[in-house]
Amino acid sequence: MTRKQRNFYIFPIKNNKFKHKSLSIGREAEITVKLKNNTVVLDDTDYKILEALQEDAKQTYMAIGKHLGIAHSTVYDRIKRMEQKGIIKKYAAVIDAEKAGKKTITAIMTVYTDPKESEKVAEKLCKAPEVLEVYTSLSEELLIIAKVVAQNQESLHDFIANSVAPLPGVLRIRTSIVTKKFKETQFLMANDPTKAKIYKRNT
Amino acid sequence: MKGEVTPKVIKTVPREKAFYFFTSIGNYTGENASSLKEFMEKINEVNVKSLEFHLYRGDFEKWIAEVLEDKELAEEIRKLQKFNLVGDTLRKQLYTIILGHLKYLTR
Repeated sequence: MTRKQRNFYIFPIKNNKFKHKSLSIGREAEITVKLKNNTVVLDDTDYKILEALQEDAKQTYMAIGKHLGIAHSTVYDRIKRMEQKGIIKKYAAVIDAEKAGKKTITAIMTVYTDPKESEKVAEKLCKAPEVLEVYTSLSEELLIIAKVVAQNQESLHDFIANSVAPLPGVLRIRTSIVTKKFKETQFLMANDPTKAKIYKRNT
Repeated sequence: MKGEVTPKVIKTVPREKAFYFFTSIGNYTGENASSLKEFMEKINEVNVKSLEFHLYRGDFEKWIAEVLEDKELAEEIRKLQKFNLVGDTLRKQLYTIILGHLKYLTR
């Protein structure tokens, strides 16, 4: 390993989420990724392909290859490999719910839990269709933070009162209804915060 | 009907049918009650905002009528809404009504 090389060790954890740990800083072109127990090395071309797919997953292998200056067969092979390894989890349409006629409200719900029960509470929340995202956080107390959607304030309250508050281990709940959305996106290769650091160091 | 004590009035209801005290939409205080006696005790303990929130939404009367199946008490609590009570006055009135009703049921 050279001094300029940068390695990310990605350890698979529950629900196909990954925990990143960077070891050393180097140039973007030399970024590699290893999946423990199932070694996969991603190089800069793979990242650029992922970036291209996140920009537009419907573009052809030919278009991606042309944009990156590589053969479309290379693009195909790399995409297939990343699909097989679960790096590319799925291809989905990003819907504007409001334009599709679905008027909903979004709320951020913080659930304070008994530490012994928090895992079960989080798992139960994951099963509810109203819950879009679930995270745990350790501050002074063990918290579960969840993003919830509902048709209106009344249905939001009904869901929390009838399906969340009664769960064993729930100590109390704080809910904030979102009044204005400034940004909503998923993790994009193009916005990778670790990459931003590299750019800063190189400039 | 007076004198006919339904089992649900004196029994403890399962956790999923308990009354959960909130102070506003989605904000659960951590207090709940699984029986009328426990409900009365909580009336004295919870944040008064929670009492105001639930009374004027009709949550108390709904739970008492549907879960405890005590239509008489539910009606008494529903009537309380007309007086626009808030704060400790509301707390005292609620407590007095439920205490009186419990005494009547368990006499």
